[in-house]
Amino acid sequence: MNMNHALLNNRAAHNNETKLKTEQVSLFYGTFQALRNISLDIREKAITAIIGPSGCGKSSFLRLFNRMNDLIIGARVDGRVVIDDTNIYDRDIDVVELRKRVGMVFQKPNPFPMSVLENVAFGPRRHGKKNRHELEGIVERSLRQAALWDEVKDKLGQSALALSGGQQQRLCIARVLAVEPEVILMDEPCSALDPIATLRIEDLMRSLSSDYTIVIVTHNMQQAARVSDMAAFLMMEKDRAGILVEYGPTSQIFTNPQDKRTEDYITGRFG
Amino acid sequence: MAALTISRRELTQRTAFSLLVLATAIVTVPVLFIIIYIVVNGAGALSWEFLTQAPSQAGKAGGIFPAIVGTFYLMLGTLIFSLPVGVLAGIYLTEYARANWLTRLINMAILNLAGVPSIVYGLFGLGLFVLAMKFGMSLLAASLTLACQALAMTITTSREAVIAVPREYREGSLAIGTTKWQTIRHVILPQALPGVITGTILAMSRAAGETAPILVVGAAFILPGLPTSPFDQFMALPYHLYTAAAHVPGMSKVTIWGIALVLLVVVLSFNSLAVFIRIRVRQRRFGS
Repeated sequence: MNMNHALLNNRAAHNNETKLKTEQVSLFYGTFQALRNISLDIREKAITAIIGPSGCGKSSFLRLFNRMNDLIIGARVDGRVVIDDTNIYDRDIDVVELRKRVGMVFQKPNPFPMSVLENVAFGPRRHGKKNRHELEGIVERSLRQAALWDEVKDKLGQSALALSGGQQQRLCIARVLAVEPEVILMDEPCSALDPIATLRIEDLMRSLSSDYTIVIVTHNMQQAARVSDMAAFLMMEKDRAGILVEYGPTSQIFTNPQDKRTEDYITGRFG
Repeated sequence: MAALTISRRELTQRTAFSLLVLATAIVTVPVLFIIIYIVVNGAGALSWEFLTQAPSQAGKAGGIFPAIVGTFYLMLGTLIFSLPVGVLAGIYLTEYARANWLTRLINMAILNLAGVPSIVYGLFGLGLFVLAMKFGMSLLAASLTLACQALAMTITTSREAVIAVPREYREGSLAIGTTKWQTIRHVILPQALPGVITGTILAMSRAAGETAPILVVGAAFILPGLPTSPFDQFMALPYHLYTAAAHVPGMSKVTIWGIALVLLVVVLSFNSLAVFIRIRVRQRRFGS
C-alpha cells in the first residue's frame, strides 16, 4: 500500500495525549442495537480513521462525539463518551457548546444557500460576533486554512451553490473552522467528490491535523491508508450491532493486522 | 408476422389518450368560457368613474371604488392576522411538537378546517368577534373571521414549506453549535418563506372572493364613504356583486358584469403573483 511511512512515524511521535475516548459505549435506536461496547482512545492532533463495511455503524459512531444522534427519536447511549475528562452524555452538558468544540463535515457538501462569506460567517454570527471587520478577518482566516481563499476571494458575495463540489466541501470545512473547534468529525467527506477534489481535501486534512483532532469515517481503504495516523476497524456482529475489531496505528492495521477479520477486510476478501 | 394494420393495443392507447384530452377539455373550456364571458359583458362598464367613484342611486349609478378599497382592506387584515399565526403554528407543529396522537389530531383538525363551509366561519365570527368581543359589525371582525378561515391554508402551506427544507441544512447548522431556534430563524425560515408567502397570497385571494362569511360580520351594500377605522363597516366586491345582482330591481346587467370583472381581476392577479413567486423560487433553487 502506497503511503509515506517516514511521515507517518514522525507524526505518530508528535503527540500522544488522548483528546476523545469512548468507554464501553453502546448505541441503541429503539430496540435495535447499532453499536456494542466500544472502547477507543482518540489521540489529540492526529487523524483517526474509522473503517469498516457498509452498515457497521461507522457514521453512528462518529455522531456520538457531537451528539448528532440526539436528533434521532429513540436513540439511546450507554457507557461514556469523554472529551478532555468530561463525559458529554452527562445531564448538565450544553450540547450547543459541545458542538462548537466538536465540528462536523458531512458526506454531501451542504453549504447554505447564501453567499460564500455568509456561509463562513454563519457560525461566528450566531455565536454573537457582530463586528464587520472581525467577521471579515475570521472569514479570510478560515478560508485560507481550508485552502479555498485564493479561489473564492473575488467572489465572496456570490452564492456558495455556484462553487464546484470540491470547493463546496472545503467551504463547509471553512464554516466549521470559523467557530474554532478543537475536534473535526468528517463523515465520508469525499464520497461525493472526484479524485482530484478528493486529494485536495486529503492534503487539507493533513495540514489541519497539526492543530486539530480529526476523526474521519471512510469506506475508501486507500484514503484511510493515505491520511490517517490511527485506524479503527468496525464490523457487524450477527445481530447487526457494530463492534470494534481492531484499533492501532494505521501502518500496523494495513500491513500487519492482528485480527484475521481485519486482514480479510483489508485484503478485500469481504465488505 | 404481425399485420401492419392498427392493432388492438394501438386502438386501446388511442381511446385512452382521447379520454385524457377530453377530461382536460372539460376542465379547461368552462373556465375559459366564464372568463371570456365576463370580460366581454363587463368591459363596457369599466370607466375611470366606475373605478374611482362611490355608488349612487342604490348602486345603479356611480362606481364601486369603496368596494374595491374594502376588499383590499379585507385582504390586508387577513394577511396581518393569519400570516404570523400560520407560520408560527407551522413551525411549532413540524419542529417542536412531539410525534404523538395529540399532534396527529391537531394536524387532522387543521386539514379539516379547510373543509368547514364558509358561512359557518361567518356565524363563528358573528358569535365571537362581533358579539362576545364586542367589535361590532366591522372591518376588524370580518378580517379576523376571514383570517380564521385562511389559517387552514397558511398553516398547511407553512408546514409543507418547513418540511421541504433539506435535512442537510439543519444538520450543517446544528453541527456548528447553533441552537434549534437559531437554525429555524436563520436557515429554515428563509428557505421556507417563499412557500409560506405563496400559500398566504392564495389564502388572501380566496378571502377576497368570499361572500358568505362577511355577510354576517360587517359588509354593507352601500356606504357613503370609506371606512376610517377598523371598527367601521365596509363594502366589499363579492357582497356588492351579490346584492346588486339579486336584490336591486332595475340594475343594469352591464354594471353587474363589470363588478364581476373587477373582482375576477383582483383575485386572478393575486393568484398569478403567487404562481410567479413560486416559479422564481424554483428557478433560483434549481437554476444556477
